[in-house]
Amino acid sequence: MMLRGLWKLTWIETKIFLREPLGALGTIAIPVLVFLLLGRMVGHAPPSANPASSSFLAVGLPVMAAVLIAVGSVLSLVAIISIYREGGILKRLRATPLRPYTILAAQVIVKLLLSAATLLLMVLAGKRYYPVDIHVSLVGFTIGLLISIWSISSLGFLIASLVPTARFAQPIGSLIMYPMMSLSGLFFPVAALPPALQAVSRVLPLTYMVSLLEGIWKGDPWWTHGSDIAVLVAIFAVCTAISTKVFRWE
Amino acid sequence: MRPAIQVSGLSKSYGDTVAVNGVSFEVSDGEIFGLIGPNGAGKTTTMECIEGMRRPDKGTISVLGLDPFRNVYELQERIGVQLQQAQLQKRIKVWEAVDLWASLYRKKAVGERLLEQLGLSEKRNTWFMNLSGGQKQRLFIALALINDPELVFLDELTTGLDPQARHTIWDLVRGIRERGKTVFLTTHLMEEAERLCDRVAILEHGRIIDIGSPESLVKRHCPERTVVLVTTDATAAERFRTIVCVDTITCLDTEITLRGHGDDFVTEVIQCLSESGIRVTDFRTILPNLEDVFLKLTGRSIRD
Ligand SMILES: Nc1ncnc2c1ncn2[C@@H]1O[C@H](COP(=O)(O)OP(=O)(O)OP(=O)(O)O)[C@@H](O)[C@H]1O
Ligand SMILES: [Mg+2]
Repeated sequence: MMLRGLWKLTWIETKIFLREPLGALGTIAIPVLVFLLLGRMVGHAPPSANPASSSFLAVGLPVMAAVLIAVGSVLSLVAIISIYREGGILKRLRATPLRPYTILAAQVIVKLLLSAATLLLMVLAGKRYYPVDIHVSLVGFTIGLLISIWSISSLGFLIASLVPTARFAQPIGSLIMYPMMSLSGLFFPVAALPPALQAVSRVLPLTYMVSLLEGIWKGDPWWTHGSDIAVLVAIFAVCTAISTKVFRWE
Repeated sequence: MRPAIQVSGLSKSYGDTVAVNGVSFEVSDGEIFGLIGPNGAGKTTTMECIEGMRRPDKGTISVLGLDPFRNVYELQERIGVQLQQAQLQKRIKVWEAVDLWASLYRKKAVGERLLEQLGLSEKRNTWFMNLSGGQKQRLFIALALINDPELVFLDELTTGLDPQARHTIWDLVRGIRERGKTVFLTTHLMEEAERLCDRVAILEHGRIIDIGSPESLVKRHCPERTVVLVTTDATAAERFRTIVCVDTITCLDTEITLRGHGDDFVTEVIQCLSESGIRVTDFRTILPNLEDVFLKLTGRSIRD
């Protein structure tokens, strides 16, 4: 019964999102285009002449693209939750037999679906125009990405709970997410950071996401990243626990 | 018969603001019950506590035999709710909203028929953001009725509606009662309360001042009657003074206003006119209505 509501709500929310002027373009087209452009720029240098760029191409770029997708969807989640709260949409939905977690889960599932679609497009487009030989498990990589998004969505809910108005939700969310990205080992390895920043890096969820995705992309077996997944699950548990206390429906 | 709603000693504060302060009342099965009161009186808060959407600080509530806060999901299956301030997703289409809502309940009314009754059939493919205010309101009423509820809550049901839509919705609400269902509504239109409600509770500063049928409230609080007549007869005013139940007489040019009390007041004025052979060119009676009661009980100045 409630599953049916979840499916209906997810489907309608997906349609609504794609109807937004920047919905499909912002979340799907732009990451794919950036990926292609960057790939072309770096890809033109002969790989043997520049090992740094070829390693970036082989591992850095796909992981960076995946992290961008994840950050983008969490920020969009934060925005939607705060807009829905401010407009009384959450309240109206809550006045139905829908369970509160169903309402929120539908939003996360929409983000997961769209992220998976974006990743898929990226891979398809990349395969054609851009010669990365992919012998990575794409399924595994996708699962890694979805686990990560699922985990940091809980952080998104926390941000949405604490930011009072919809107008500030997205900027404040960006202020939290983008600096976090720079310390996550995405641009420079965590080991190269000063010790103080390394310590900060170790408590950031994105660090574990980057480590997980990089590992999977390089072909590491899953169990070597068990700790990353454990941390992501723990982050989910902690943020969800706090959110259930501080989340406001109106 | 068990009342549809039983509220006793309900209190609710937001921080320092006491919104509802010891409210008790009952709504019988099958009646249309109205809650009226100035802005900020606590109507919405009372309603939301009964709907299970807010937890009361004090007091007990029973709705359809359920505790609204503890059995909220079971209750929500059986009630319909129209909130005073609500929005839907900007780009949800009318039919999608109806379809979604219908899928959430075990029991369902025919969505298409509701849209038709509420004059929204033509708008079924329109995005919510492109509906007019009144059309949004009608959509919310459709959503409140989608599960064919036993008890419907309508918070300011006709705010922003044109006269046609208002009459349609009044008919719809009466139709709900005819099918044995109960309606709990709030309104700022005294005409609406008078025409629609079997009983009305007047709420002020979180307390109920009085409850009763609109007629009985008028009788109790505004027993005075007024007759306005126009005559050139100079002796008229003198003659009216002999009528016992006349309290005041005001003459303005040829217009005379008589205020009095009692059920026989108008009859006695007419009798006096015919006995004295006074010719009048106009004769009007003004009977007090719920609006007069409301203003009398809750004052005339604006609330914050
Ligand atoms: N969520 C809230 N947080 C804080 N105060 C609130 C909240 N909701 C209502 N109040 C306060 O509680 C009081 C009662 O509000 P309520 O909305 O119940 O009034 P109402 O009778 O429905 O008014 P109106 O006719 O304007 O809709 C008001 O003083 C209001 O400021
Ligand atoms: Mg109100």
